[in-house]
Parts: sequence; C-alpha cells; structure tokens
Amino acid sequence: MSLWSRIVNVGRGGRLSREIDEEAQSHIAEAVEHGRDSSEASRSFGSALRYREESRDVRLVAWLDSLRADAIFGWRQLLKRKAISAAAILSLALAIGACTGAFRLIDALLLRPLPVSDPRHFYALSRRGIGFDGKLASFDGWAYPDFQLMRSAAKDQAELIAVSYAQRMDLTYKSEAEMKKAEVQYVSGWMFGTFGLRPALGRLLGENDDLKPGAHPYAVLSHDYWTRRFAQNPKAVGRTFQMGGRLYEIVGVGPVPFTGTETGTVTDIFVPAMMHPGAIHDDWTWHRTLARLKPGVAIEPLRARLDATSRAFERERAKGFTGMSKESIDKFLDQTVVLEPAAAGASDLQTDYRRSLVALGVLVALVLLIACANVANLMTAQAASRAREMVLRVSIGAGRWRLVQLVLVESAILAVLASAIGAAFAWWSAPFVVGMINPPDNPARLALPADWRVLGFGLALTLGVMLLFGLTPALRASAVKPASALKGGEDPHTRRRMMHALIAAQVAFCFLVLFVAGLFAATFDRLSHRPTGFSAEGLLLVHAVVEHDEPPVFWDQVAEHLRTVPGVDRVALAGWPLLDGNAWNAFVSVNGAPPGPVLAYFLSVSPGWVDTMKIPFVDGRDFRPNETSPGVAIVNETFAKQFFNGVDPIGQSFAKSGELPSKVVGVVRDTPYRDVHEQILPAVYVPISRADAHGILEPLRGATFIVRGSSANPMALASILRREVPRARPEFRVSNIRTQAELARVQTLRERLLAMLGIFFAGVALLLAAVGLYGVLDYSVLQRRREIGIRLAIGAPARNIARLVTVEVFTMVAVGALAGVALGMASVRYLEALLYQVKPGDPVMLALPSLTILAAALLAAVPAVFHAVRIDPVAMLRAE
Amino acid sequence: MPKTDSLQGSLDLLVLKILSRRPRLHGYAIMTAIKDWSGDVLRAEEGSLYPALHRMEEAGWIRAEWITKDTGRRARMYELTAAGKKQLDVEESRWQAVTSAVNRVLRTA
Repeated sequence: MSLWSRIVNVGRGGRLSREIDEEAQSHIAEAVEHGRDSSEASRSFGSALRYREESRDVRLVAWLDSLRADAIFGWRQLLKRKAISAAAILSLALAIGACTGAFRLIDALLLRPLPVSDPRHFYALSRRGIGFDGKLASFDGWAYPDFQLMRSAAKDQAELIAVSYAQRMDLTYKSEAEMKKAEVQYVSGWMFGTFGLRPALGRLLGENDDLKPGAHPYAVLSHDYWTRRFAQNPKAVGRTFQMGGRLYEIVGVGPVPFTGTETGTVTDIFVPAMMHPGAIHDDWTWHRTLARLKPGVAIEPLRARLDATSRAFERERAKGFTGMSKESIDKFLDQTVVLEPAAAGASDLQTDYRRSLVALGVLVALVLLIACANVANLMTAQAASRAREMVLRVSIGAGRWRLVQLVLVESAILAVLASAIGAAFAWWSAPFVVGMINPPDNPARLALPADWRVLGFGLALTLGVMLLFGLTPALRASAVKPASALKGGEDPHTRRRMMHALIAAQVAFCFLVLFVAGLFAATFDRLSHRPTGFSAEGLLLVHAVVEHDEPPVFWDQVAEHLRTVPGVDRVALAGWPLLDGNAWNAFVSVNGAPPGPVLAYFLSVSPGWVDTMKIPFVDGRDFRPNETSPGVAIVNETFAKQFFNGVDPIGQSFAKSGELPSKVVGVVRDTPYRDVHEQILPAVYVPISRADAHGILEPLRGATFIVRGSSANPMALASILRREVPRARPEFRVSNIRTQAELARVQTLRERLLAMLGIFFAGVALLLAAVGLYGVLDYSVLQRRREIGIRLAIGAPARNIARLVTVEVFTMVAVGALAGVALGMASVRYLEALLYQVKPGDPVMLALPSLTILAAALLAAVPAVFHAVRIDPVAMLRAE
Repeated sequence: MPKTDSLQGSLDLLVLKILSRRPRLHGYAIMTAIKDWSGDVLRAEEGSLYPALHRMEEAGWIRAEWITKDTGRRARMYELTAAGKKQLDVEESRWQAVTSAVNRVLRTA
C-alpha cells in the first residue's frame, strides 16, 4: 500500500511539493501567532528547498521520480530536433520490425514445438547416403513394411509413428456431387495417444483403427477444417465422404492447436496409415517416421538398432532387384539411419527454407546493426554539443550514474517508440512473406501467433538495441570533467575515432548485405531466364481423374473433344507435366548390354505432345497413333549423348529391366525434367498407351491434358475446360488446372523471395549507411570549422579542404569494405546451397557492391565538403 | 547545545506518545508539546520533525488530514492509527530495555 502510494505520488509531484510548502508556511504562521519573530521562525526551519527534497523523497519513490523528470527532459530533447529524431526512430523501427518479423517466421517454422505432450522427446528418422547422382543425400521417406519391422525392433525404447506426407486429395461428400480438395495425412492410429491429444468432438483414432490394410475407413478432422468446412457443426461426426475409391466415416475432431506434424501445412483430415494403398508395398516410400523416445533412452543404441533393422530389410528387398548393376545396389544399400530432433515437426518447408530464413535473419540483423550505429553516432554528436550542459550538471553535484540515466532514458524513448512502430511492421510483414512462398494451388499455412515468445523477443531486442546505441554515448557523456571542459573541451579526436570505427563497421555490414543480395538477385535472374527448351506461353495443364481406370481410347476421346473447344489450338496427353516435381526413373540397358550406373527419367506422353510443348525435333519423328510402350521411344539429346556415345541414336534400342526393348524413333532438344534447378537429365518419352505382355492396353487412373490455347492468357479457358471434360465423357472429372508458366514460377518462389527481400534490405542498408556517413562528415566539419576557417584564411585551396574533411572517413570506408569482402567470402559457404550458377568469387559480384557503396559514400560527402569550403573565415573567427 | 537535536532516535517514540495522549495535532503543536512536556529539555528541530512525520505517515503509523482553521488558514492535523498504537508499544518497550540497560552499565561502573 505504502509503496503504491509512493508510486502514485510520482505522478502528482507538483501537488506534493505544494502541500509540503503549505505545511511549512502554516507552521511558520502558527509560530508567529505564538509570538515568535517571523524571520527567526523561518530561519529555524532551515533551507526550504532541502526540506522539500527530504520530505518528497520520503513520500515518493525517488528513483522513479528522477526517471520521470529525465523522461520528460529526454522527450523535450527529441522534440527539439524533430527531423533527426524521426529519421532515427523510423530507421530503427524498420530494422526492429524486420528482425521481429524474421524471428516470427523462424520461430513458427523451425523452433516452436508441436502442441503435443513432451515434444522434446520426438525425433524424425531419415536415411543418409550417396545418391545416384553421386552426391550426399538425405531421404526421409519410408516403406510401411520397413516401418513395421523397425517399430517392433525398437518397442522397448521408443514408440514409432508413421505420418504420410500431407497430400492434397480430391474428396466428395456423399450429399454433394462436386469434388473438394483437402490436405490429407495418413497417420498411425496410435499417433494421437502418443501425442497425448484429446478429441474436441467424437473420438480420435487408436491402435485398433490401424491393424489391417484397408480395413479401417475412419477419418478424424482437424479443428481448423471442421471450423472452415462445417462451421463447427457437431453433426459432421458420422458423415461420410468418398476419397480414392473408398468411403470414409468421420469419427471425431482433433483438438484446436493440433494441425498435423508437417509444419507449414495445416492438415485437414487424418486417416489410418493402413488405409494407404502403399501400406502393403515394400517399395513405396510414402511416409515419414517419427520416434518418441521413452524417458532415459540414449539415442545412439536406438539408432544403431533401427539402422540394423532397416539395412536387413533393404538387403532382403535388394535380392529381388533386377536391371541394376552391382555397384548401384551396393551404393543403394549403404544408407545410414539418422535421428534428428523433431520437436517443431518435420516438413519440406522447413528443409527448403531453413537456410533462407536464417540468411534473411542475418541480413535484417545487419541492417539493425547499421541503424544502431547511425543512432549511436547521432547520440555521440548530440552529447558533444551538450558537453556544457553536462559540465554544469556535474558542477552542481549530479552523480555519474545520474548522467548515464539521463542519456540512457533518451535512448530508451527512441528504442521504445521505434519498437512500437516496428511491432506494427512485424505484424504485417511476417504473413506477407508467408504469402509470398505460397504457390497458388497449394498455399503454405503457417500459424504465426503473436504470443509471449514473440513479445519476449521484441522486448529483449528493444533492450539490446537501446544498450547498443545508448550505452557508449551515455558513459562518455557521464565522464565529462568540468576542468577539461572549461579549458575548451576534451580531446575531440577520441570522439571522432569512435564515430569512425562505427562507420567502418557500418560499411562492412552494408557491403555484406549488398553482396548477399546481389548473389540472390543473380541467382533469381539466371533461374528465371534459364532456357526451358519448350514454350510455356499459352500452355494450360488440365489434370483429370476417373473413379475407375479407363482405357486409353476414352482418354483420346476426351482429348479429341477438347480440340473442338474454341480458343484451343492443340491438345496432348501426358502422365504429368514437365517441371511439376514428379519423376519416374529406371536403369536402362542399351542394345542388350548390362544396365549402367546412370538413371534415365521417363515420361509417358501421347502423339503430338512434342509439338504441343513446341520442343524442337533434332532428328527422327513423333509417335504414330497406333504405337505403344514398350516398343518405341523419343529421347532427349542428353540421353543420346549419355547412352549412345555419339552413335546416331535413331533406330538404336534400349530396355528397362524386365521389359521388351524400345526403339528410338526421335531425338528432341533438352528440357529440364523435374526441377528448374537441376541439370538436364537423360529423359525418355514413351507412348502413354501401354501394352502388357499380352498386347492388351492398360487402363489409366489419371493423366494431364496439355492444352495450348490461342490467347495469351490460357487461364481464361479454365472454366470452359472444367465443364467440357465431363461433357466429353461423364466419368471424367477435372482435378485441377494450372498453367505451365505457373509451375516454373512455383519452383523459383524461394529465389524470388530471397532476391526481393535481399534487394529491399540492401536498399535500406545503403540508405542508412549513406545517411550515417553524411552525419559523421557533417559533424566533423562542424567540429573543425575553426581549423578550416584558419586554413581558408591563409589561402588553402578548396580541394585541400575537401581532402582534409573526407580523407579520414574514406579510409574508414575502404577498411570497412575490405572487412566486408572478408565477411562475404566467409559467408559464402553457408549460402552456396541457395545459389544457382552464381560464382561467389566472381569479380563482378564483388565489384558491384563495392562500386555502389563508393558511389553512395561520394554522394554522402558532397554536402559536407560543400559546407566546409563555404565557411566564411571572417565570420568564423569573429564568432570565436 | 544541549537543546539541539538531543532526541537521538527517540523522536518517533515521542511523537507517537504525544499523539496517543492528544489526538489531532498539527506539526507546530507537536513540537511545542515535546518542548513543554519535557520541561524545556527536549527540542525537536523543524528540519527533522516534518520529514519524520512524513516518514511515519508513509509507514502507516499516523495519518494526516487538512483542516481549515478559524483564521481561514489550512493546517495539517496528525493522528495515531491502529498500526501506530502497536508501534508505540514496541518503541516504548524498546526504550525501556535500552534505558535500563544503560542504567545498569552506569551503576556497575
């Protein structure tokens, strides 16, 4: 109570002083009434001011009161120079906001634990080995039979959980005809129990829902999906839907915070792992494996046990391998199981963006440091001009700590204001960045809560920033010695030396930001201008599915119908489009020789596909309508070079293992196959009509119509095609429609993001560094105006003056730039994975940021130099 | 010199005692009471009395109230609180203990 009243009294200091004075007055009046002399009475009272101070200190929290006084004083100081304060606050706000935004992203994607019990005990299993391309690779997909063996092997030490990659699947609710997309995860039934989750409604899956392949058609909805799709209607439980040819019953809804194990994807529907068609196949790797370690279990023995089990499984499986060379099999088998912490879940988004986010985080941290250096220089210059004030304060008895407090409070006001604006910026920027990594048809959904973690980070950042730019000037200001100040100021060089060191640091950081941004921009530029070998313009990709497999002739009928739609130029059919990430590979043997160590990549296409894609023929011809696979093939140039060693490939034959050989009828130009980042793969195009050993054509479950429209915007055709496909044959449905251009764009999202944000922050860093440079130059001219005046008076030419004011600072710029080059070269190793065909040691990549900084520095120096040579010696000397 | 601040830590005790006998006094009256009741031996300085009053007020032993006197001037009146009564007992017994201990020392010597 008492402390509280003392804190409250801080807020009414004026009234408190008046009351104390009034009581004293009333005391003196009373004394006079009792016959005492008025002047004697007030003299015996002593110093009124001291008495007031003493009583005040008793009745309020003294340090809080002095803080309040300093805050008011600091605020007035800031208001006195509005423009400079606003610039400082805005630059800090931008940097703090960017840092907080980056932290929100990194936290949400990489650090925040899953909302499950004991997330720290969860690990993700993956295998590491030398891939077929000869590079070290890590793969986190598992085959279900392998998983079952490992689960029973590790039973005493850990519980293993299978969670499939989240898939966007088509599903139909019984009452509705239209297909809907939903993110589906096939998960082990015991996952919910192991995670310690409770249902929000109905029940969750259990061990008994996951016993026999295909026997448990039950589904659990995520709370998020239940809210979006069913508006939290409790009647959703018990409803059924059709998915992948099966009818599922909804049995319950999961708890609010749980959105699946794949950070960056919000899972809509969970179904038992045993319902996955791959559950019985030992060569389908379709799920991740998570392990929850029992308390006190050491990782290494468990890892070794899992490793042994998995190796035994693969060895057994490899006995059935044909068409692979011995080396390839050995290489394949030599994979090591590793356990990695998965407290924050496991997803491709994490793998893809970990480095990028960390790199961006470092960039924005550097921008923040540059901004801090600016403000520190500003405060130092301020402190210099306030030296007299400080001396006065020391002379009348202000303690050293009191002066530190005075300056720090001013810094704190700056930092707090900047943080408030920065918070608003972070609020907006983090979802904006997530929005940018969203491919349109498969949006990444990342929960970005602004909770105590983010708040704590923001507060720590504010405090850190305040100390970073405020402490040195504060200590410096508090160290004034009245005697030396009266003699005309302390050694001005110490102050300038610190400012120059900060300039060097700023330039070094700025160089690093520019350098990295340049690498990102060049990467994006090279990737987006990489020749694809086909024309994506006007290409629409219509993925269609059928409930039951349909023979190729029906697919041809649909294609034929689509060709009659106005605005459609050409239509062809393919298993999937180029560059959508799908791949089908195999070892091939040429002319009956044993298979080599290089994988070939296959794609099934209809006749006319090559023309529709506008891929030029180098030699040979297209498929004829009656040709089937295996039997004929079209190959790309890389395949021809790889497998036929310069022999004319037309008429040569090769075979996948266990299949009849195919004869090469055509050679086409190279195109990227799966991913724009990849080198050109040896590709084989085979007829989509596939005949089995008896010559009977195999039916198709799904394929993509490649439609070339005549207009520039093929998406205009989308709604028409969606209608026309079922009109051609009612059992056909359009699953989704994309453009070929979009696929390439989706694959360069990360590079686009890095390039955009990199350039943005490079601009900010450059601007801040230039402003800082300008400020320091201007300050040094101001400080040396007496000297410059004298020099001018005795006839120094303008260029000498210009050199005088700039030479020191430009030396610092050069030192900073050199340090920046060193930092840049050191950072390159970490960044290499994010770059594409960009050599970091490339002189151009180093020269560009150097020249930019030099230009900015020259620009920043012009006003100061102008200022210096315009000093009027007469006025200058008279003023002194 | 004997008249100046010879209270040596007993100021609180005196103020509390005076207020327990005579509720509602202002600062000047308390000062006069100390002087009169001690037979002109003890004297509280204004410079220590008021900070002490304010300190005890913050501690919750006494409470203050502004009243307007007939002359139209305002005065700040102090009175003892329940906590103050307890504090008085504590201070009084401590004083007794100290003085008897000091007396014992004087006697032995």
